[in-house]
Amino acid sequence: MTDDRWGAGLTVLGAGVMGSGIAALALGHGVPVLLVDPDEERLARARADIRHQLRLAALLGAGQAAEGALRVAASPGAATDSAFVIEAITENAELKAKALAGLSAIVRPGTPFVSNTSSIPIDELADSMSRPQDLAGTHFMNPPSLIGTVEVIRGPRTADETMAAVTGVLHGLGRKAVVVRDAPGFVTSRILHPMINDAARVVQAGTATADAVDALLRDCLGHRTGPLRTADLIGIDNLVDSLRVLHERTGDEGCRPCELLLAKVRAGHLGRKSGRGFYQYEEAAR
Amino acid sequence: MTAETGRAAESTDDVEQAVQRFLAARTRTTWEPDRDLFTGGGLSSLFAMELVVHLEQTFGVVIAGTDLRLDNFRTVHAMTALVRRLRAGGGGD
Repeated sequence: MTDDRWGAGLTVLGAGVMGSGIAALALGHGVPVLLVDPDEERLARARADIRHQLRLAALLGAGQAAEGALRVAASPGAATDSAFVIEAITENAELKAKALAGLSAIVRPGTPFVSNTSSIPIDELADSMSRPQDLAGTHFMNPPSLIGTVEVIRGPRTADETMAAVTGVLHGLGRKAVVVRDAPGFVTSRILHPMINDAARVVQAGTATADAVDALLRDCLGHRTGPLRTADLIGIDNLVDSLRVLHERTGDEGCRPCELLLAKVRAGHLGRKSGRGFYQYEEAAR
Repeated sequence: MTAETGRAAESTDDVEQAVQRFLAARTRTTWEPDRDLFTGGGLSSLFAMELVVHLEQTFGVVIAGTDLRLDNFRTVHAMTALVRRLRAGGGGD
């Protein structure tokens, strides 16, 4: 879908799992991408990960294997003429706000911005924007190239033009947008994350193994992978961050991260991306 | 059987057995050559990417273009045929 509307292309802030996944989705649809991250090692890993994801998407018939038009940068200075910005740094409201403030001050006014977040209310982040009406939220699932629906969050100050731009871009990337209102965790995380937390508590209590919990949820209740394999795919550190956001903002004790999740984060067992979480993963399978 | 086809058959057997050994190690299941790994076999299609990487690293082939499709990895037979063709110099578009 290379056409005039992309101009200088899509800027993705953050080269972690979701940033590189979103970049891969866009590149696979022929959209030029500028990927910005101050961590050069993370940028190098992202390049390899993007190549892997493009091949995976092609293999599964979900995109073309055309890696092209990817630029990377350590600072957002090169993003001033972006057509569209997706912030996808780690799930930390302060860091996200800082990143959004920095870039919104240097792009053209009216450039649509999206914060990709699993749980942080968009209106909190909009305060950091030079124009709060330019910001909407997305919650892409991982991997973005393989999951065709995206939760889209309209903040109370998000402009109609921003929403039209966001849904138009997602449509161009072959995604279906489901628009919801702003709230901690929106819809998917508000429901899924406490459930994963409960699944981890069941394992922590010794009631069942992770394998058994997933087998029951998958084979009896139709969950695609089981909640704990999903936790590994999300990243257990990201899950814990998201649960904390939910707990702090809702007071729901079911959202307080359980000890087993915290222990896995302390041990560096972060899920698929680190090779070990509730399950073990070989390098090539990540 | 000529010497040429004999070598080809031997090579195909080697590939087939190597693929079966890899699958058995990774899935703790024995796979008949024509059994579909994904439809009925119960493996996640994400596992197909691991197969791609494994075949490339083990047999020194590059899988790209139209060869990069799930049907080439559905069965041991399909993977064996793909490796044999790529080793003989026939790639996808």
